[in-house]
This record gives sequence, structure tokens and C-alpha cells, in this order.
Amino acid sequence: MITFDGVTKRFPGGMTAVDDLDLEVPEGQVVVFVGPSGCGKTTTLRMVNRMIEPTDGRISIAGDDIMAVSAPALRRGIGYVIQQIGLFPHRTIGENIATVPQLLGWDGQRTTDRVQELADVVGLPDDVLDRYPHQLSGGQRQRVGVARALAVDPPVMLMDEPFGAVDPIVRSRLQDEFLRLQDDVRKTILFVTHDIDEAIKMGDRIAIFSEGGVLEQYDTPENILAEPANDFVSDFLGSERGLKRLALIPASNVEAEAGPVVSRDDRLDSAAETARRYGTDWVVVLDTDGGVVGWIAADQLAGDGTVADLSPRPFRVLVRADDSLRAALNAMVISHTGVAVRVSDDSRYEGVLTRAALTGELK
Amino acid sequence: MEVLAGVVEWFADPANWSGTDGVPNRVFQHVWYSVVATVLALIIALPLGLTVGHTGRGGALAINLSNIGRSVPSFGIIILAFLLAGFGFTPALVALTALAIPPIVTNSYVGVRAVDPEVRDSAEGMGLTGWQVLRDVEVPVAMPLIMAGVRTSAVQVVSTATLAAFVGLGGLGRYIFDGLQTQNLPEVIAGAILVAGLAVLTELGLSRVQKTVVPKGLQASHQQTAVHAQVQSASG
Repeated sequence: MITFDGVTKRFPGGMTAVDDLDLEVPEGQVVVFVGPSGCGKTTTLRMVNRMIEPTDGRISIAGDDIMAVSAPALRRGIGYVIQQIGLFPHRTIGENIATVPQLLGWDGQRTTDRVQELADVVGLPDDVLDRYPHQLSGGQRQRVGVARALAVDPPVMLMDEPFGAVDPIVRSRLQDEFLRLQDDVRKTILFVTHDIDEAIKMGDRIAIFSEGGVLEQYDTPENILAEPANDFVSDFLGSERGLKRLALIPASNVEAEAGPVVSRDDRLDSAAETARRYGTDWVVVLDTDGGVVGWIAADQLAGDGTVADLSPRPFRVLVRADDSLRAALNAMVISHTGVAVRVSDDSRYEGVLTRAALTGELK
Repeated sequence: MEVLAGVVEWFADPANWSGTDGVPNRVFQHVWYSVVATVLALIIALPLGLTVGHTGRGGALAINLSNIGRSVPSFGIIILAFLLAGFGFTPALVALTALAIPPIVTNSYVGVRAVDPEVRDSAEGMGLTGWQVLRDVEVPVAMPLIMAGVRTSAVQVVSTATLAAFVGLGGLGRYIFDGLQTQNLPEVIAGAILVAGLAVLTELGLSRVQKTVVPKGLQASHQQTAVHAQVQSASG
């Protein structure tokens, strides 16, 4: 646990970067500092490993004042990842990862084993270890940065825009992998970004700062999106706040409605009656196992015969319980039916999700 | 053509290859002055350039002093030192060392400053002490530039050590100095050829040294090579 207690940083010249900050980073959680440039988020992060010394106040890690030990000793116990990674260009990747173990005087075998293990953990191919930083891709360098910070298994990690220097596709993959890794290692992580979407994705909790280092709101992403503390926060969250909230809510949270369901054996007039009863101009067609075949427009349900005489149009997207409501909304807007069809993990029909149900969930 | 024949004759004369005035002895003296001056310059200039580069303080002062030092003619320094200290090794050594210091100070300063701030930041952030940052990161990364400075200095010292003859010392300058006095043009040219050859050998030898002291990871980097060439020409 990292505790900020009345922490203030004023730079020479009078600029206040951080203003009387009280905040706790719970053990094993990812806390994301987010805000516009000049909001002091990086300054705050860098005060934790004393790359910047606070003007006032106290910072402690697991109850120990960070001023109690020398700065180098403190830093060796804290993982540190920065945007440009700062790999040593004259050392191989393996040697880079081994930096802190060597500072701590680990023996050769233990260091080699650990480097190998970390390469596997962050998904680096073995042959990369003997190469030099300039021979790696941007994504690989970011992985090395994370591996290097994890080298001596520090309980606390500081990450300053760690995925900021790679393209969006690689960034998204690195974020996913890092979240999976964090599930295993459960580090206490302070993570800085200027990207609210990254904050929502990565953070167990988010601290939103405004210019001058004022903490505007500190809460879970769900709560911040549901109830922004003030205009600054809601402006910062942007105009798509509702969509961002939907992205955090699983589709299982909303009750699926039965919907107008017919089987292939149903007669057309009874299928038309089903549509009328539900007030829809379409019906969902299921097979005998309860699997979704597709949908048919109500105006086709005329004359003699059964549903099997017609060819249903498929739903392009089906939603499962652990998909987000944002995915459900996407399914609604690309389907003529205007609903999202939810299926179980074994692809059986569970019901339909309506826009009214989503709106109800956001209330 | 007559002069050229004279030069060939000079080199062919066994008398010029033995004794105090023989080529081996003069080359040895020349190398000795150069090595002492360059090593002295390294002892003075490297700590200065590295410290200023590492702390980032006093950089402008160090560079300006270096540039002033470089703009003073070596011949002037030798004469000045000679007036102060008289004939002998000391004035020559002072002049040659003074000549060798600026490129080493400038290049080691620039080399350390040119280390990517993110690399320095991550080094400190992982818990390297200031000394460890300098020793394990800044110096190795700056090594191509540091060596460029050393090469520039050494080659200049070898060329300029010729002037030692003016204050009564030996070295290859003797041939030029004495040849001029006795109007023996072939001897003057032979001396000049020897000095030039020695300077080229110095450059080649130090290139090989550079290959061994520059970390492997930096040698493959084209970017570093470009910066190196640029600063080398700027300081040469």
C-alpha cells in the first residue's frame, strides 16, 4: 500500500505541481493517475521513488516512510517503467533485464534463471535476450521494460505511460497481456496516462487530476463514469461517457427478454401472431436445440406453409454473458431488429437485450 | 626530381638509421613525448569532461575554456613555456598537453550529455547511484565520442611534437629543424614524411583500440557512428 499524506510539490519559480495530496493506493491494485498535461500526475508518481523530492508532506510504502532509506536503496525495491523505456543501448536485452539483480549482488545462475523466466512471462522469444535494444521492435522494447521492472519481484511498480510509445493495436495487446499478468502477480501499481480510455481499462481505481495538481475525483472507473464529481471530471470523461460505462458492464447484468421466438416447424400464421403479440416486425428463428438460426421480417410471414419454407437472415453479432453492454449496443445498431441476441456459452438462445434495458441499467 | 632522389638517398643511407640522430631513436623520442603528453592530457581532461557532463554544471565554461585553449597556437605556448621554464622537456610537455586537453574535454562532455535522458532516468530510477550511472551507463555509451576526442588529440600531439626540436629536444622535428638550418632539403622532407607516417599510424592504432573499448551494442548502431563523425570533424 502506498500512502500520500498531505504531499505538495512546488517547483522553484512557484509553480505548484501537486497540491496537498492525500491518497491511498490499496495493496495489489492498479491505481491510474490521469489528467491533462501539467496536472502533476507524473510528478506525483516520481515522488514515490524519490526521482523528485516533495516540498511538503509524507509518502509511505507499507507504512514505511520512503525517506527512511537512501534513494538508490528505495528505488531498487520499486519497479519503474517509463514511456521511452530507457533501455541501456550498450547492453544486451538479457543484461538490461538483469540490471537490478546485479545491483543487488545476485549470483550468476540465479540471475540467468530469473531473466529466462521473465522473458517467458512477458512473452519475449529466447533469441531476443542476446540482442541489443536497437534491434528490437517498439512492442518488444516495451515488454523488456516491464520484464526489467519485474526483475527482483518488487511489491510496488511505478509505470509512467508504459504503453504510450507503440501503435494502438500493439498497445491494446500489451494492455491485455499486462492485465492478465497482473492477475497472477498482484502488484501494487501506480500507473500514469493521459488517455482516459486506458485509465478505464487498466485501473482498479482512477485518480483524476486537474491543472495545478488538484485531485478532482478518486474512485473506481464504474463509479466515476456513473457519477462524475464535478464538471471538470465529466468534461474529461468526454461526450461518450455512457458508452464508456457500457463497456465496463457485462451483458449478464441485464435481464434478457424472451422475445418473439419461433421454430422452423411453426406455421406462418402462428409466427405472425407471435410477432404481433410482442409488437415487433420480426421474429427470431431457433433450431430444435435452441440454437439461433436467424430472423425473419414479419411481413414475410403470410400465406400457407411453415417457417422452414423461408430463409432467415443471420444475426451478424451474438452477445454472450461476459461481453460488455457496449458490445450489446453494437449488436443492436448493426441489426435491422434493433435488439441484441444473447446466447449462452454453448450458443443456445437466452433472450434479447433492448435499448430500453441498457438505458435502465445506466440510470 | 633531384630533391626526390635526395630523399630516397637519405632514407637509404645507413648512417641515418643508427645512433642518437638515427631514425629509430628519433621515432622513439617522438613517440615518447607524444605518449607522455597524451596520457597527461587524459588524466586532466577525462575527469573534467566526464564530471561536467555528468553533473550538467559548468558545461559552457568548460567548453569555452577548451575553445580558447584550442585557439592559442601551440608554437606560442611552446615559446611561452620556454621563456618561463627554459630549454628542456617541461615547456614542450606543457605545450603538447595543453594542445591535447580541449578535444578530450569537449568530446567527453558532449558524449556524456548526449546520453538519452530517458536512459539516464531509467538508470537512476532502478537504483543506480550517481557513480554507477557514470561508470556503467554514461561512459560506455559516450565511448565512441570519447575515443574520437582521444584520437584527435593524439594525432595533433604527434604532429605538433615536431616543435619540440625548437626548444632543444629530439624527436622527428630535429630533421626538419636541422635540415632547414643546414639547407638540407631532402632531410627536411624525410622528417616531414616520417612525422606524417607516424600520425597516420597513430590514427590507425587508436581506431583499433576504439573497436575494443566501444561496447559491441553501440558499434552496430549507424546513428552513433554519424554523431561520432560529426563531432570528430567539429573538434578536429
